Amino acid sequence: MASPVETRVGEIVARHEGMEGPLLPILHAVQAAFGHVPRDALPVIAEALNLSRAEVHGVVTFYHDFRSEPAGRHMIRLCRAEACQATGGDAVAAAVRDRLGVDWHGTSGSGVTLEPVFCLGLCACGPAALVDGEVVGRFDAARLEAILKEWGA
Amino acid sequence: MRLFLSQDAAAKALGSEAVAEEIRQLAERRGDDIELVRTGSRGMVWLEPLLEVETPQGRVAYGPVTPADVPAILAGTSDKALGLTEELPWMKGQTRLTFARVGVIDPLSPADYQAHGGLAGLRRALSMTAPEIVAEITESGLRGRGGAGFPTGIKWKTVAEAPGARKYIVCNADEGDSGTFADRMLMEGDPLTLVEGMVIAGLATGATQGFVYIRSEYPDAIRVMEGAVALARAEGILGPSVLGSAHAFDIEIRVGAGAYVCGEETSLLNSIEGLRPVVRAKPPLPALQGFMGRPTVVNNVISLATVPVILEKGAAFYRDFGLGRSRGTIPLQIAGNVRRGGLYEVAFGLTLGQIVDEIAGGTASGRPVKAVQVGGPLGAYFPRALFDTPFGYEEYAAKDGLVGHAGIVVFDDTADMLAQARFALEFCAIESCGKCTPCRIGAVRGVETVDRIAAGDAAAIPILTDLCNTMKLGSLCALGGFTPYPVMSALTHFPDDFARAREAAE
Repeated sequence: MASPVETRVGEIVARHEGMEGPLLPILHAVQAAFGHVPRDALPVIAEALNLSRAEVHGVVTFYHDFRSEPAGRHMIRLCRAEACQATGGDAVAAAVRDRLGVDWHGTSGSGVTLEPVFCLGLCACGPAALVDGEVVGRFDAARLEAILKEWGA
Repeated sequence: MRLFLSQDAAAKALGSEAVAEEIRQLAERRGDDIELVRTGSRGMVWLEPLLEVETPQGRVAYGPVTPADVPAILAGTSDKALGLTEELPWMKGQTRLTFARVGVIDPLSPADYQAHGGLAGLRRALSMTAPEIVAEITESGLRGRGGAGFPTGIKWKTVAEAPGARKYIVCNADEGDSGTFADRMLMEGDPLTLVEGMVIAGLATGATQGFVYIRSEYPDAIRVMEGAVALARAEGILGPSVLGSAHAFDIEIRVGAGAYVCGEETSLLNSIEGLRPVVRAKPPLPALQGFMGRPTVVNNVISLATVPVILEKGAAFYRDFGLGRSRGTIPLQIAGNVRRGGLYEVAFGLTLGQIVDEIAGGTASGRPVKAVQVGGPLGAYFPRALFDTPFGYEEYAAKDGLVGHAGIVVFDDTADMLAQARFALEFCAIESCGKCTPCRIGAVRGVETVDRIAAGDAAAIPILTDLCNTMKLGSLCALGGFTPYPVMSALTHFPDDFARAREAAE
């Protein structure tokens, strides 16, 4: 009998029928549904697309976006690329890691996940961040405090 | 009263939504008759959020605006007034062809689009034969704006003449280079131009299906492009009969998943196909065996978005701008530590010094400019001694640099160029697809070798040089092949930063 995960993934796969190259859109949809790409999802996808599990695994693990575990309640993605470095991004990143008490990819005790990102296209107003999906320019320690306060984190 | 406020991600990142909310609330409280039009960005990022008020003389700009400024702006008493937008030096110095409508129109209004010249290029293309369209693009001198600078017309001709019942137009919107945001601004500010350019590419090559591959780091651009494609279908620009003609063309939006290498065209094709997106060896060229092994045009956003204006105004009009073999205009993206950052579309040929000192106004920190990285993470760091280099593909190549996607990142004198060289290699190690050895292993060894130099081991410098040479000549694609540009330019032009580490160690 199919587990709840398998059933839901099966529905997602069915929605993408007839698409040329459906794997990446399916993976995005699975991550949107579960907050990560569960291990149990892979065999369902592989069988539906006539791929081996290894092939699907190879695709999932290639991309930075796909998570094997859910993230925290909130997500800060901080740009590490050159234009943001030129505006003091490294120092801001160090302050954020310090304040949250985590390194890159870590989740703080209060449920804030910190991920690096290489360019948000906000290179003329760096350091840039994506905070729960919303763009923030000229990010700094004061801005972080305001956000954490708002989150109660 | 008509107001215009940018909805571009850069404006949002600097607080435009709070300004929009204040305008809405104020209008409601006072019962004022205010129409707020959300546009793309004019490209003056240091002035964002930029609010414009329509007057009989033209739009008057205010910026940077906070919610507290709104009442005075509506009353006409604000000290944030900058004058007529079109008369601002940043705007007057430009030749806006590709970006003519960006910041001016509502990006998702087909009526606005057509009132500002939209669809004129497509209508002309529909009256031409496919070889005539290809010839027009070839004669315009347009070269791939993604970075490689390959002549667009020749690529189209190859696809047009390739046998195949089903062909594709793939728009590379995986704009991963730091310091570049032209693709994002175009998609957020005038997405229908990109749609129109892709349809014309379809007419020219016989392709009937298009894909726009947008990076996941651009949530706003994805949303606007999806809206634009839906509108274009409703307006009959896309579908089984393009503007009532016998031609069919449709577009799907695909979203990346955070892999820099997917900006490389063969990796991108693998990504859309659903394969592990490692780079493919060339040949076969994507033009002959691209998506699903079928003939495929892969063009950058700006290349495709420039097609409509070329068709509208003619090849000669476009070709008359520029210098040498770099024809037309290039949207410069001025970024990093600059007083005035943003997008500046201008004919090729400005010197780097003019761009950095005059247009950008030097650094935001007020400290001297030390280095300027042109062309993204794979571009060279230029010192002030090379500021006389004119902006052009061959001109930059002659100085061991690249134009790339025309991103210009300015660093002040606090930058440590050894650290920047290390970062370039670290980035390559993180993002390498792993298919070829010089890139996969070279990047990791490169980081270690820079660390040896930093620890004072001078013998490691020739090893780094040799390693860069191997990566440059032996890598399969530009990621491994061009990472040596930032590394070697840092070493060549800023030897003190590599020697200082040595002295510290001694």
